[in-house]
Amino acid sequence: MKVARTGNEAFAEAMRQINPDVVAAYPITPATEIVQIFSQFVADGLVKTEFVAVESEHSAMSACIGASASGVRAMTGTSSQGLALMWEMLYIAAGLRLPIIMSVVNRTLSSPINIHCDHSDTIGARDSGWIQLFSENVQEAYDNLIQAVRIAEHPDVKLPVMATTDGFILSHCLETMDMLLDEDVQAFVGEPPERPNLIKSVKDGKPITLGALDLQDYYFEHKRQSAEGMFNAKKVIPEIGKEFGQKFGRTYTFFEEYRMDDAEAVVIVMGSTTGTAKDVVDVMREEGKKIGILKLRVYRPFPAEELARVLKGKKAIGVMDRAEGMSATTGPVYPDICAALYDIPEGRPLLLDYIYGLGGRDVTKEDIRYICEEILKTADTGKKDYTLKYVGVRE
Amino acid sequence: MPTLKQLAKREEHFVSGHRLCGGCGAGLVARMVMLAIEKPVIVGNATGCLEVASTIFPYSAWNVPWIHSAFENVAATVSGIEAAYRSLKRQGKIDKDIVFVALGGDGGTYDIGLQSLSGAAERGHKILYVCYNNEAYMNTGIQRSSATPRAAHTTTSPLGKVIPGKVQFPKDLPSIMVAHNIPYVATSIPGRWNDLVNKVEKAVTFDGFTFIDVLTPCRLGWPHEPELTMEISRLAVETCIWPLYEVVEGKYRLTYRPKEKKPVVEWFKPQRRFAHLFKPENQQLLEDIQKEIDKRWESLLKKCEG
Ligand SMILES: Cc1ncc(C[n+]2csc(CCOP(=O)(O)OP(=O)(O)O)c2C)c(N)n1
Ligand code: SF4
Ligand SMILES: [Mg+2]
Repeated sequence: MKVARTGNEAFAEAMRQINPDVVAAYPITPATEIVQIFSQFVADGLVKTEFVAVESEHSAMSACIGASASGVRAMTGTSSQGLALMWEMLYIAAGLRLPIIMSVVNRTLSSPINIHCDHSDTIGARDSGWIQLFSENVQEAYDNLIQAVRIAEHPDVKLPVMATTDGFILSHCLETMDMLLDEDVQAFVGEPPERPNLIKSVKDGKPITLGALDLQDYYFEHKRQSAEGMFNAKKVIPEIGKEFGQKFGRTYTFFEEYRMDDAEAVVIVMGSTTGTAKDVVDVMREEGKKIGILKLRVYRPFPAEELARVLKGKKAIGVMDRAEGMSATTGPVYPDICAALYDIPEGRPLLLDYIYGLGGRDVTKEDIRYICEEILKTADTGKKDYTLKYVGVRE
Repeated sequence: MPTLKQLAKREEHFVSGHRLCGGCGAGLVARMVMLAIEKPVIVGNATGCLEVASTIFPYSAWNVPWIHSAFENVAATVSGIEAAYRSLKRQGKIDKDIVFVALGGDGGTYDIGLQSLSGAAERGHKILYVCYNNEAYMNTGIQRSSATPRAAHTTTSPLGKVIPGKVQFPKDLPSIMVAHNIPYVATSIPGRWNDLVNKVEKAVTFDGFTFIDVLTPCRLGWPHEPELTMEISRLAVETCIWPLYEVVEGKYRLTYRPKEKKPVVEWFKPQRRFAHLFKPENQQLLEDIQKEIDKRWESLLKKCEG
């Protein structure tokens, strides 16, 4: 059904349709509406959810951990400082192998305090053991959150998943989207597969201990098992994306290739900027310029081999990094791409990095065009003059 | 209220094999709390000595479902478990009654966990929160907490040439919990098993958040001879440093009145963290402490009368 929804509304609607057993959440701009709208669903009796209006994001994640460890489906949503406050618990959720699902509205991190979009919050959590899905538009945000349930709960994965939108750009922007029927979403997510859990262990009379002290003799094995879940997610994510496509007509995998076939230059981008970039590339294509876009949807697990396979043979690639990793080298996505390309035996593409859009700085078509021209120039000359440029900043 | 004999026949839920110090009060408290609850129970434990020493993988001293997630959030973690249970109950997926217990040390309760404790109490989850209050961060090597008594030597409120141990008096957490208007707040000690068992039994009958603050000797941090654990906890009561009372629906009641109020020095004597108080130069400090304890005791008596 075609409807007009903002990113926050779409996330809240997806949550209603998923109908989780427990939601524990705390407000923060620009994600607040998700909790507000969902609270109304609870108040109106539209969901079976037990809503816990916690006193902080740390407690939101802690309560989700308690709920998920009790075997039920638990969800939350946050942004920026909220995600930062959860940081400790993100690792614990993943380490306990709890399939918690979270919507994250990407917003920069203080200081300076700023409520607008960049990816530093989500990317800051990239090593926590959470699967991370980025969304280009409201439709994808909605689709991603629904798929997140299946990915997280897959018996071979059992890791938490965050699906993200870009703050304000998607969270507050009204777009037309195709909303699925409640029963179709219900059928797609199904009942959560049974896992060992606290309440089950009461029922069975077989007590379990969760979150034990794990020292030099066992920690490594358990961490290795978690990592295996992340490796397995690489198999599961495209499978679920395909199944979603078969049922609802929109197929998903790790990334989308846009006008990539004969492209010599490629720009890699995540999130809402992709839409603008597509417009720019369409125009440049008409001018005969061989440029394409690779939109990275799945940032964790990182699809390194899959990327290498499609980027092999390209002459130059530019990464659009919407975060400052403070490494005094490049933005954070660049090194990941660099590592993915490193093992290409011959003709490894030249790689450039562009940090842009921090703190919600508008990214214009001109900015993207400039970046694309730079990549094309590098492809032409076969030589790169620099590794990193900041785009759209007064220096 | 079960007799000691009946209690001894119950199935143990906190069992031997843990690696708490010999004479540790925390293990005794855990065992008694668990013995007092006959219904199925799920336990959450904050980071601290009890958690670390009772679940060293692949072993566990817990004969009931148990979870630890972090230090400052046991109240929130157990809130989530209780919320899951409510949801399942509403959906008709479980009919068993389950009791939810959160256990935290004074650090995890008075200090870093105060926010999540307050949140869970305010929301009114049906949880019994037991603070095993050994008056310092023992697991990390005896640092002061806001429950540490005035003048106690800890590794972060050390006895020095100019500062004689902790400068502040302890926070009155039970009053803070009473101010949440929860149905049941109490204090207890391991040295009076009937007091503790009785209060736990009573607490879990309320439909809401309940809180028991149990003064729990730590033989390594206070330090005292390991065989004195029970006795020392009773001395805190006899000196009115740790009065035993309960607050039911806001109404205070003393649950034990010492026959004869002992001077606070009786409690200080067997504990080396207070040894310096017996030096002549600290005479005034000792008197100040006695005065404060008297004041707190009088104020409590008033609440109990009123
Ligand atoms: C966020 C965080 N900060 C600090 C610590 C280190 N830490 C672990 S246990 C502990 C003290 C525990 O004290 P308390 O709650 O009184 O329990 P006890 O060890 O005395 O039984 C500290 C500081 C931690 N685990 N997590
Ligand atoms: S240090 Fe204290 S609290 Fe910790 S195990 Fe030893 S006696 Fe118990
Ligand atoms: Mg302590």
